[in-house]
Amino acid sequence: MAAASFTAAKFLAPVAARSGGERAPPLPAGASSSSFARALRRGGAHHPRLRTALAVSSDVLAGNKAQAAAAHPAVTREEALELYEDMVLGRVFEDMCAQMYYRGKMFGFVHLYNGQEAVSTGFIKLLNQADCVVSTYRDHVHALSKGVPARSVMAELFGKATGCCRGQGGSMHMFSAPHNLLGGFAFIGEGIPVATGAAFAAKYRHEVLKQSGPDGLDVTLAFFGDGTCNNGQFFECLNMAQLWKLPIVFVVENNLWAIGMSHLRATSDPEIYKKGPAFGMPGVHVDGMDVLKVREVAKEAIERARRGEGPTLVECETYRFRGHSLADPDELRKPGKNYFPISALLH
Amino acid sequence: MLGAARRQLGSGPMLGQVLRRLRPAAAAEAARGYSAAAKEMTVRDALNSALDEEMSADPSVFLMGEEVGEYQGAYKISKGLLDKYGPDRVLDTPITEAGFTGIGVGAAYQGLRPIVEFMTFNFSMQAIDHIINSAAKSNYMSAGQISVPIVFRGPNGAAAGVGAQHSQCYAAWYAHVPGLKVLTPYSAEDARGLLKAAIRDPDPVIFLENELLYGESFPVSAEVLDSSFCLPIGKAKIEREGKDVTITTYSKMVGYALQAAEILSKEGISAEVINLRSIRPLDRAAINASVRKTNRLVTVEEGFPQHGIGAEICMSVVEESFEYLDAPIERIAGADVPMPYAANLERMAVPQVDDIVRAVKRVCYRAVPMAATA
Repeated sequence: MAAASFTAAKFLAPVAARSGGERAPPLPAGASSSSFARALRRGGAHHPRLRTALAVSSDVLAGNKAQAAAAHPAVTREEALELYEDMVLGRVFEDMCAQMYYRGKMFGFVHLYNGQEAVSTGFIKLLNQADCVVSTYRDHVHALSKGVPARSVMAELFGKATGCCRGQGGSMHMFSAPHNLLGGFAFIGEGIPVATGAAFAAKYRHEVLKQSGPDGLDVTLAFFGDGTCNNGQFFECLNMAQLWKLPIVFVVENNLWAIGMSHLRATSDPEIYKKGPAFGMPGVHVDGMDVLKVREVAKEAIERARRGEGPTLVECETYRFRGHSLADPDELRKPGKNYFPISALLH
Repeated sequence: MLGAARRQLGSGPMLGQVLRRLRPAAAAEAARGYSAAAKEMTVRDALNSALDEEMSADPSVFLMGEEVGEYQGAYKISKGLLDKYGPDRVLDTPITEAGFTGIGVGAAYQGLRPIVEFMTFNFSMQAIDHIINSAAKSNYMSAGQISVPIVFRGPNGAAAGVGAQHSQCYAAWYAHVPGLKVLTPYSAEDARGLLKAAIRDPDPVIFLENELLYGESFPVSAEVLDSSFCLPIGKAKIEREGKDVTITTYSKMVGYALQAAEILSKEGISAEVINLRSIRPLDRAAINASVRKTNRLVTVEEGFPQHGIGAEICMSVVEESFEYLDAPIERIAGADVPMPYAANLERMAVPQVDDIVRAVKRVCYRAVPMAATA
C-alpha cells in the first residue's frame, strides 16, 4: 500500500486537522481557510501565499498509527540500514556517556538524546556536506548524524586534545567546520539566529557572490526544544527567515519537558507547529518517534528550502528517556510513552 | 565655536537633531592645530567613505541594522550605500537586535563579513548574548575552526539630553571579554583607519563611535584618504607630546584632554595626551613608556568609574612602572549615577575640561588632593 506521499502541493492545502483526540478538536477546514483569506483581503492581501499558509499534521495525511505502519513510505534496504545504524550509534553513544559520567570520567554538563534519535537521523541523513546543522547543548547525536566521527565527539567529552574542539568546547559546544556543524550552544534559542545567519549566507552566496551549488541553495537545519519556542529570538527569526525567504528548516524537538517544566504549564498555545503560519510559513507536525515519517516530512521541507521557497517549521513530537541532563534527578515526569523509535524501525 | 555647531546642523536632517541642545563646541579649534593637511573631513564622512570602500573592495562585506538603508542611516553614516550596493548588501532589519545580531554571527561563521549597526550601543544589550557567547567565544570553543569576522558598530556613550537609557558607555563591558577587539576612534583619521582595520579583521570587533563627534571636522592627509589606508589595531596615538604628565583617554574625551592640555601649557604644565584608539587590546607599552617619561598619570573616560577603563590602565602602570610614579594616579570618569536628563545635571555627570585641568594640577601637586570618597 503506497504511503500518502508528502509533496509540496500538500503544503499548500487548506488548514487540516490534527489526528488523535488528545488535543483540540479539528478546525473545520473550509471555514478557517476562508476566514483567514477574508481577513487578508480586508488587510490588503498583497501576499497571495499567505492565503494558503497552513498547519498540517503528517499523521492525518498518513492515516492513524495502525494504518501508518503499513502505509510507510518506501525505503530501500540500504537506506533503512543506514538509518538503523545511525540511530543505534546515537543510542549506544549516549548510553556510554552516561556510564562514563557516573564513573566520574566525564564531567560538567552532559545532556543526552536517548529517545529522540528518529529526529536527528530522519533529518540529518538527508543533508549534503555543505548543508549546515545548528544545535543546542543536546548536540552529541546531531554531531554523529552529521558525520563527525564518534571518536572525536567522545574525546571532546573527555576533554582530550584529540576531541573535535581540542577539549576546548565540551559537551555543549560541538563544532566541526568540515561537517558544517556550527555548534552546540548552551543558551536556548541562541542557535536559532546563528542558523538563520548561516541560511542567509547560503542565499547571499547564491545571489550576490554568484557561487551556486549544483543542487540549489545549501540548507540549514536549526534544532531546538519546546521550551525555546516561547523565547523571543525564535519568533524574531521566524519573521526574518520568512521575510527574506531563507533556506532554513526550524526543527522543534518537542519532548514536552524543559528540565522539570512541562510544556503545557509553560505555553499558552502548546501546538507549536501552528506558529509557523502566523509568520507566513508552513507549520508541520510529525510523530518524532517514527524515523520514516520524520524523514518524509524532512525531505519535503529541505527540498522546499533548496528550491528557494523559504523556511518551514516542523514540530517533532518526541520524548527523552533520560532526565534533562545527567545531573537532573528527573522527579517531576511520569513515564508514559512506551513507543521506541529504534525498535519501531525494525518492525 | 559656532562654526563647529553650524557644521553639525549643516550635515542634513538628523534624528532628534532639532530637539537637542548642543553643548558649546569649543572643543574643535584647539584640537586641530597639529596637521598641515589642506583637506578636512567630518567623522561621519570618514565612516561613510570607509564603509563604501570596504564594501566595494570585498563583495562578502554587507551592512545590516535598523534604518541603515532607505533612511540612509539613523545618523546618516550609511548615506548612499543602499543606492550603490542594493538591498542584498545593505539590509534594513526589523527591530530585533537579538535576532539580527545572531543572524550576522551565523553569516560570519559561514565566511561572510557582516557589519552590524546598533542604533546606539545601549541597544546592543538586547543582543549581548550573541556578541559574547556566539561571536567572541566561538573561535576558542571550536579550537580555531570557526572564525567570526564581524564588526559591531554604532554610537556609544553620552549624547545630549537623551536620558539614562541612551547614554551609557560600553567600553569597559566589552573590553572585559577575551575574544573581542574594542576600538574607539576620535578623529576622522581614526574613524577611517580603524573602521577599515575592523572590517578586514578576522575576529569580532566592537567599534564604539560617538554621536557628538559625527559632525566634527578634522584635517586629513592624502595618505588617510587613500583607499588602502588602515590603522593597526592595538596601537595608541600620542596626540600631543608633553613631559610633565600623561593623560590617557579615548573618543570624545580626547578633544577635552587636548583643550585641557592647552590651558595647562599656559600655566607651565606640559601634558602628553594619549588617544588610546584601541581599548582591547590596550596599548600598554605606549602608556607605560609615556608614564616612565612624565612620571604622572591622569586617566580620563566618560563611562562609569567602577571597574572602568581607567582602573585597568592604573593597574597596568602599577604592575609595570610603579617606581616611575611621582604621584598617585588620578582617575577622571563619569559620575556614578544613571545619566540625568536636565542639561545642567548632565554636564555635572560627564567629565568637563575643568575636571581634567584640576586633576592634572593635583597630580603635579599644584593643588590640594581630593579627599578619599566612599
